[in-house]
Amino acid sequence: MDAIAQAFGLVTTWDVIFSVLLASIFGLFVGAIPGLTATMATAMLVPLTFFMEPVAAVGAMVACSAMAIFAGDIPGALLRIPGTPASAAYVEDTYRLTQKGKAELGLGACVLFSALGGLFGTLVLIFAAPSLAEFAIKFSSPEYFWIALLGLTCAVFMGASNPARGLLSLFIGLTVASVGLNNPAGIPRLTFGSTEMLAGIDFIPVMIGIFAISEVLRTVMAGTGATEGAPRAVGNIFRDWGWMLKNYWAQSLRGNVTGTAIGILPGAGADVAAYVSYAVSRRFSKTPEKYGEGHVEGVIEAAAANNASLSSAWVPALVFGIPGDTITAIVIGVLYVKGMNPGPTLFMFNPQTIYAVFLIFILANLIMVPLGWGLIKLSKNILRVPKQVLMPLILIFCIVGAFASNNAVYGVTIMLVFGIVGYLMEENGIPIAPCVLGIVIGPILEKNLISTLIKSQGNLLDFVNRPVAFGIFVLFCLIWVAIIWSWIRPREREEAAWVPEEPKP
Amino acid sequence: MKLLKSILVSVALAGTAVPALADYPERPITLYVAWGAGGGTDAVARLIAVGLEKELGQPVNVVNRTGGSGVVGHAAMAEADPDGYTLGLATTEVNLMHWLGLTELDYNVYTPLALMNTDPAGVQVSADSEYKTVGDLLKAINDSPAGTFKATGSGQGSSWHVAIAGMLNAAGTDASKVTWVPSDGAASGLQELLAGGVDIVPSSLVEARALIEAGRVKSLAYMSSERSQLFPDVPTLKEESGSDWEFGAWRGIVAPKGLPDDVRDRLVSALETVYNSEDFQGFMSKQGFGARFLPGEEFGKFMATNDVNFGETMKAIGLAK
Repeated sequence: MDAIAQAFGLVTTWDVIFSVLLASIFGLFVGAIPGLTATMATAMLVPLTFFMEPVAAVGAMVACSAMAIFAGDIPGALLRIPGTPASAAYVEDTYRLTQKGKAELGLGACVLFSALGGLFGTLVLIFAAPSLAEFAIKFSSPEYFWIALLGLTCAVFMGASNPARGLLSLFIGLTVASVGLNNPAGIPRLTFGSTEMLAGIDFIPVMIGIFAISEVLRTVMAGTGATEGAPRAVGNIFRDWGWMLKNYWAQSLRGNVTGTAIGILPGAGADVAAYVSYAVSRRFSKTPEKYGEGHVEGVIEAAAANNASLSSAWVPALVFGIPGDTITAIVIGVLYVKGMNPGPTLFMFNPQTIYAVFLIFILANLIMVPLGWGLIKLSKNILRVPKQVLMPLILIFCIVGAFASNNAVYGVTIMLVFGIVGYLMEENGIPIAPCVLGIVIGPILEKNLISTLIKSQGNLLDFVNRPVAFGIFVLFCLIWVAIIWSWIRPREREEAAWVPEEPKP
Repeated sequence: MKLLKSILVSVALAGTAVPALADYPERPITLYVAWGAGGGTDAVARLIAVGLEKELGQPVNVVNRTGGSGVVGHAAMAEADPDGYTLGLATTEVNLMHWLGLTELDYNVYTPLALMNTDPAGVQVSADSEYKTVGDLLKAINDSPAGTFKATGSGQGSSWHVAIAGMLNAAGTDASKVTWVPSDGAASGLQELLAGGVDIVPSSLVEARALIEAGRVKSLAYMSSERSQLFPDVPTLKEESGSDWEFGAWRGIVAPKGLPDDVRDRLVSALETVYNSEDFQGFMSKQGFGARFLPGEEFGKFMATNDVNFGETMKAIGLAK
């Protein structure tokens, strides 16, 4: 108890509150700029933390990353450009809602359920950190292999109505992911002798290209008409909170649990959490056909999940010094500099500092509501800007973001190439999400497949002879049975209703 | 037209202006790092950058050029103009990647300025491992069929792979008896160790620090001639097994080849001041990094010796092309 009182003392100082507030605003703006990720926002803060006290430094990073993950939802809803990869899973829904003039519904859901998800993850972090990490730490390559395969399965049946097109998109993503040297054998693949391509295709420029540049291209092709379809203002985002909480509390809770569970896994972060829980939500929904058409249900579950995972990713980071995602990987570096070396000893020798960090987690998720509201109020101005002005601005931001991802023109090239790829895919009715997920999960799958095979010397039984691996394997099989069942059963009905998709004008 | 003319004139002037080296540095300096922001190498680079900034009176910007197991960033350091405005924090990979056939690039493409740090490898096993000494472990590996023991901690043919292969080679054991499982880095390798997926992680002690202090992992030996300051209880490999094998990951500042002598001397002396500063020494000991300084030519010789030793080991285990 004494430690908690001390922790309050540590947090309620001017420099801590001030750093948290400034970092929050910084995180909101970076997150809202398409292509700049929460990880990038956190990385940009690192040099500044060298001048701060330990609690202020860690608090600034907590606040910044939480805000950036939430703020990524805003350009997703207003412009169909997810601000961070974690928002990409449900960008279709929030954007369609905006087109229907119901932007406040989508964004209201994002604010509320992001904050609730963050609080839920924090509570888990506080109360269950040591024992939960103890469980996740036992995961070896077979367990990760099955989780990755589960993720790819989700990627395809997330790809809307047509599994064949989803598979095609997934294979594009997997091919992109196989470029470069970062594979288990360390053999250069598809590099065409280029030094730059040894590094592989950097995910951030791909994201910017495939989501933002393709949108710019589409606008160019469609001509600069009036800014039709854009609502004049985002209405009262608080209006729908009551009925959303009443109708979708179960989805929100399930998103929180999924997100927290994925966040605790080392290496799986907010983006995987959002994709998986969106797919889970769709799977169990009474109205799965509405997903991707501007339905708030999946948004609630996935927005809850990505912020929950952000908090729970700190569990393995604080307890064992093993990062839960890319953001905590950066934070671990700062913790060492500040003399707060992660590990169980941190809980023994410095409990007040840990509690102070937990308090900042709660604080950050609470101020997310008013700050998020303010940002949404400001960002509606984006829609008043004519497309002739907006699109070049987006292009500039994109180029800066793509360049900054690795400080090289190579990033800009990747971005432009994938802008065209994304444009062509969309024009031909190929969904984007499986491709993006393939790029993220493909390397994880390959690495753990090869690791398991090397360790077992080719014995396939080793994939299932650990209890947790077997458990995930069973879950994986059940999901496939469900998918195949759903293909066989309603076939007659769907075939009758099936109309070839028209390419978009 | 007048404007255009003046622009053309100023461009022409800028093009012909000869850099007055006596005034070096007169503009900001770029310091390339081949590894990501937030990692150990990045932290060391940023610390050196702050120190150099104080010494040289110009901003020093750290630029991360990651990917390709370090090839991309190390190529950028070599390909820049040798004018002293582009430096790099080179790492052990300079001595490894050309043996793997990944690149033509080796230590000869740089002007060595200063070695700033070395982190010798340790031999880490799980805390509940039945092996109490490295001697027991080496004997067990020798007596067991190939593939019984598995190790991880970095990619195929990268630093820690060479560390353990060299140790086995020096002990007269066939290095391929221990299966190497490639991993992204020491952190994910150590997690595999805890999860029971592998038996040995031959990473540096700093990387294993949190888990050693938590009592989850123990280090059996240290591949250096002297014991570690961080964990003085861990015996050296020589003490335990009589083996002369040493392996350390290193970090040092380099410039592209052909750096003018006066610029080089200015940078070497500035780096020496940075190395001896309280900030640098304090940071290194706090983090558990092994501080070691070698100026200019001596750093060059250090890289040359390492290159030969690593090359021999990698040929012995069939990694070198």
